Amino acid sequence: MVVPMSFIDELRNVLGPDGLISTSEEVRTYECDGLTNFRVKPIAVVLPTSTEQVQAVLRICHREKIPFVARGSGTGLSGGALPVTGGIVISLAKMNRILEVDYPNQRVVVEPGVINLNVTVRVSPDGYFYAPDPSSQSVCSIGGNVAENAGGAHCLKYGFTTTHVLGMDVVLPDGSLAHFGSKTLDAPGYDLAGVFVGSEGTLGVATKVTLRIVKKPECVQTLLAAFDTTNQAGAAVSDIIKAGMLPAAIEMMDNLAIQAAEAAVHANYPNCGGLLLVELDGPVAEVDTLIAQVSAICRENGAGEVRVAQTEEERAVVWKGRKAAFAAVGRISPNYIVQDGVIPRTALPKILSEMDRLATEWGLRVANVFHAGDGNLHPLVLYDRRIEGQEHAAERLAERILELCIEMGGSITGEHGVGEEKKHMMGKMFAEPDLATMQKLRCAFDPLSLANPTKVFPRPRMCGESPGEYKPHPLETAGIAERF
Amino acid sequence: MRIVEPQSGEEAAEILRCANEDGAAVIPRGGGTKSDWGNPPARTDVMLSTVRLNRVIEHAWADLTVTVEAGCTIAELQRTLAQHGQRLAVDPLWPEKATVGGVLSTNDTGVLRFRYGGLRDLVIGVTLALADGTLAQSGGKVVKNVAGYDLSKLVTGAFGTLGVIISATFRLHPLPKYTQTVTATLPDLGAMQQLLGKILDAQLVPAAVQVRAGAGAPQIDVLFEGTEEGVNFLVDRLRGMTPLVDSDSEVWTRLDASAKISVLPAKIAETLEGLEGYAVVEATGIGWLQAGGLGPMREKIERAGGSLVMMRPFPGMDAWGNTQNNGGGALALMRSIKKQFDPRGILNPGVFVGGI
Repeated sequence: MVVPMSFIDELRNVLGPDGLISTSEEVRTYECDGLTNFRVKPIAVVLPTSTEQVQAVLRICHREKIPFVARGSGTGLSGGALPVTGGIVISLAKMNRILEVDYPNQRVVVEPGVINLNVTVRVSPDGYFYAPDPSSQSVCSIGGNVAENAGGAHCLKYGFTTTHVLGMDVVLPDGSLAHFGSKTLDAPGYDLAGVFVGSEGTLGVATKVTLRIVKKPECVQTLLAAFDTTNQAGAAVSDIIKAGMLPAAIEMMDNLAIQAAEAAVHANYPNCGGLLLVELDGPVAEVDTLIAQVSAICRENGAGEVRVAQTEEERAVVWKGRKAAFAAVGRISPNYIVQDGVIPRTALPKILSEMDRLATEWGLRVANVFHAGDGNLHPLVLYDRRIEGQEHAAERLAERILELCIEMGGSITGEHGVGEEKKHMMGKMFAEPDLATMQKLRCAFDPLSLANPTKVFPRPRMCGESPGEYKPHPLETAGIAERF
Repeated sequence: MRIVEPQSGEEAAEILRCANEDGAAVIPRGGGTKSDWGNPPARTDVMLSTVRLNRVIEHAWADLTVTVEAGCTIAELQRTLAQHGQRLAVDPLWPEKATVGGVLSTNDTGVLRFRYGGLRDLVIGVTLALADGTLAQSGGKVVKNVAGYDLSKLVTGAFGTLGVIISATFRLHPLPKYTQTVTATLPDLGAMQQLLGKILDAQLVPAAVQVRAGAGAPQIDVLFEGTEEGVNFLVDRLRGMTPLVDSDSEVWTRLDASAKISVLPAKIAETLEGLEGYAVVEATGIGWLQAGGLGPMREKIERAGGSLVMMRPFPGMDAWGNTQNNGGGALALMRSIKKQFDPRGILNPGVFVGGI
């Protein structure tokens, strides 16, 4: 497509020379996000420094009907920040100020480019933290977290990004500014902050976000338990839940993942078939009682070694191993696919044995890292591109895993988002009327389909198009749900 | 007004489709406990009651989730969940009558929100019947799920103006092993606010905290839940901060209020200064008033960025307040959402914010 030079010039006028990147070489940096197998070169990248600049840019895009993709730190794993053909990228990296810290009300107001961990770093000396902690928290941005409704290991107890976002300023696709939610709860009207968080950049651009911060727990204890099998570890998780506990985090790793983490960060994990990492936090008196109970439950379920991290340093190392697990897999396999799927937690043994069977059959290896408390799986499908047919088989297996998640009543994504990568799976998880209903929301925000238009949904539908006839819901066909 | 009682989602959807064709206004109704909340509907042709949609469809207790039809009462749901030592961590008004659909639509979470989050944080999936007869699902049955838009949040607190909730799936919490309520009585509102600030800044992790203010001295109630050791430890610590008496769980009985307020937690005392009546304000900043002088009260609260919503019709006052100040910062967008979901405006017309 031919882009009028006047469009680029107009952007430059708004943003100044430092706020615009338009040479073919320079825009290449922005051609993909954390999902590197999809690449599209944007026609330009803008780096606004204010809400007003974002508004001006979107007004121009709206007038010229040029699509845009907002981008935080580009760490997303589903291609959410992948540019769209003929569109621009709006990088929020320069809007990185923490605007307000309000301890009496436990609120922090930030610009979208602020790095997740920097919020905690800022409030930590006063005994607070920002709870959502995706593994990429040292580099990912709050704006990106909002787009993806980022989770993390501790969301089992503390909730996802959506729980911690109270309000925001959003520039809508026509360039107008809207305020969603507020510093107080339950602002009259629809919960627009609730629908915006997790909308993957398809509804507008957040330029200011009000977050909730949480008082740090008095004490935190992290327990490692080594089992022979992941099934034993899974049984222990069930018993912990059955005992009425809600740990801050329950993570599980299988042997391949343990090996990888060990090779990368020497976390001193026991070499076993299934490793459980359980973190409890709260008042000392309570945590002491509960950690003893968790210990006993693990032993009852066959744990050989049960170890509680004794110092803050030990705890940090344990987590470093877990958070480094994805990248660490590079140490044991030349290529790998990071998958993100969710099952009802009780289906864990079933899906593990099915993955195992398929991997063996197709000559592949799968390393497993899970948020075991909430059934969020991160299978890492290992392969070697140099071996003919392996890449294709790995892609097929990664997709088959998602189909299994759907068949078991789960989801195709727990925290990485649909983005570009999984949009073709949406029609397997949702029926046509479900998707058509979601489109109604998109059309209310973005009638011209300019905001990240090709993402999330299996095929772009123009607003006003009729959704087509009823087909049975995939969950119905699988016998999991019934129409009632 | 005709009353219809569908016994399936399909029937409800079909009723809506017919009403939509005729342009007939539909008033969704659960237990009817909060039917006077919001502005009075502009038209009422059909009352769609969820009384026969009352099943607990699946309590997946090992996964800590439940899927339940909209017409099931909160009390009935809680009794089912308690069989496996679990609960939906909410305490809405009139649980024996109030239904899942009604409580979601009016967003009535209750005091447990302080620790466990609001209904918006607990609902993980919904099935909706839309005005055009579409039956649609959003979310799912798993706690962690970011596939597609989260329409569960869109309809939570939407007062039935976007669609009729047919069923919902929630994340659950274990019933606490041990609970205790304690109360501090303070000389005045200033002292109350100071103690509240200290409680919130301490590592006490209470399940709920509320302020009661009115004729007498202001009081702060604190609910602790957890292990016996943990709770005793925390109560002792709080006792070190202020004199306390043990209280009955009755203090948490919800107030049948005439207005709901939402203010910043640090501005509760300021808000209650000059109150003409009785108020219970949760530490989340959400409060309930049985009071007069609501007009000036609303002005004061809105100026400070909060809101005051009427629970009953009050001559000359919009239920939602000055929507240009609060939620109405996005009123145009809310109207276009309404138009997308209910183009002919048949669902609870006029009940919601800005005449939606």
